[in-house]
Amino acid sequence: MRIFDPHIHMTSRTTDDYERMYAAGVRAVVEPAFWLGQPRTSVGSFIDYFDALVGWERFRAAQFGITHHCTIALNPKEANDPRCVEVLDVLPRYLAKDGVVAVGEIGFDSMGPAEERAFRRQLDLAVEFELPAMVHTPHRDKEGGTRRTLELVEESGIDPAMVVVDHLNELTVAPVDERGCWMGFSIYPDTKMDPHRMVRILQERGPERVLVNSAADWGRSDPLLTHATGEAMLAAGFSDDDVDRVLWRNPVEFFAQSGRLMLPGQDDAGAATPDASSLFEGNSVLRGQQVR
Amino acid sequence: MTTVHLLAPVEQLRRALGDERRRALDDMVAVLAAGATTLARVFPAAARRTGRGDLFVDGPRLEDAVRVELVATAAARLDPGTLLAELEDLYRHGDADEKRAVLLALGGIDDPLVDGSALLLDALRTNDVRLVAAAMGPHARRLSAHDWRHGVLKCLFVGVPVAGVADLAARADDELAAMVRRYTDEREAAGREVPPDAFLVRDLTTPTTRPEG
Repeated sequence: MRIFDPHIHMTSRTTDDYERMYAAGVRAVVEPAFWLGQPRTSVGSFIDYFDALVGWERFRAAQFGITHHCTIALNPKEANDPRCVEVLDVLPRYLAKDGVVAVGEIGFDSMGPAEERAFRRQLDLAVEFELPAMVHTPHRDKEGGTRRTLELVEESGIDPAMVVVDHLNELTVAPVDERGCWMGFSIYPDTKMDPHRMVRILQERGPERVLVNSAADWGRSDPLLTHATGEAMLAAGFSDDDVDRVLWRNPVEFFAQSGRLMLPGQDDAGAATPDASSLFEGNSVLRGQQVR
Repeated sequence: MTTVHLLAPVEQLRRALGDERRRALDDMVAVLAAGATTLARVFPAAARRTGRGDLFVDGPRLEDAVRVELVATAAARLDPGTLLAELEDLYRHGDADEKRAVLLALGGIDDPLVDGSALLLDALRTNDVRLVAAAMGPHARRLSAHDWRHGVLKCLFVGVPVAGVADLAARADDELAAMVRRYTDEREAAGREVPPDAFLVRDLTTPTTRPEG
């Protein structure tokens, strides 16, 4: 089972997680920029975080055989904090980078006017930089937030096929589907979705435009729930090809629209070696920092 | 203007690219040379426009060679102070690949008016072996003896082959040997393997038989 986790916050995870993920079949991830569990107090804090997403975390993942991409944005939870809003002026610099495969997470948290301004502006950035948009839907009033999200997506003029609306459930999947956006599902130990509910949704509507992620972060979450969902699909009678489509080909198809995926072999030219990122002058970069 | 030595000859680099990617490189070089765009504009997208991977066996990476050629092209129009400021900007706002290319470009600059040692020190603070290795190239001759020795020791710690450290044999001194000896002693006391590179560096300045005690 090869797995592309399209939404996971690896900066909050340990090297043990990277090892377990690799063993379970995870070979690529997208890490969306989000909040840290505690509010940032300055734009500089965002810049260091973005630098880590396109620098250290990419390198750390490569040590464990996993290709790391990210999305960049001012997240909805901090979009109404005046200390943070100026980060919007810094985003274009990062949206120009390799491995930055979408604008995100954008969207609503409390659905206030400042959040809506930041949301609109970042949808415009997605259009300008020809990048997909990853949209977070709120924990509170998810239905209302999803409805308003789809209105803003339509007003922005962005192609719905370039938008994934994330953290969906049984009640919010239909309107997103009808609009032609991609549908993201976060599989959690307690909240959001679980593997069996996910299987039922796949049985009802099929695998088209569905992204399954662990959304693992610093909270109670599990980076292996993508794998568990694949197992649950097989147990329910889905084929290996169905599982591969949902857990690998779908996220590749969605994020390839950015032109910025860095999967081994994808963008190599000339005498390129497919996995050169994990090699250094013929040596594994693991030398000196051995993986157990 | 400041000369920047290339990682690969212009023709060799172009042979490694297909027609389309070669045109992309020629296009970036032409608009830079004409002053119609800036390094900051072309540098981030250079790899996805021309490719990435090894240029040839044991050679530089293709995207590094491309980016260093872009720096060399821009440098022809810039005074040394402006070039240094541009490089500092590219590094400060670069992802890890862009940072590495800036460090490699510095390695190709002999101009004493372009001193990028602050960038080297930043790279040596990281644990990204590709940045550490690039920081210990020819430009590291600008580092103080103290900082340079710690750079070499860092290579041993994180597993960067010291074969890539510029001026190693010429610059190794008794203090470096003593530092490395303390490192190997610590490894041995802990029952851990000592990387062969550590002995290599230690023995650059000391007799091959270890003194008693």
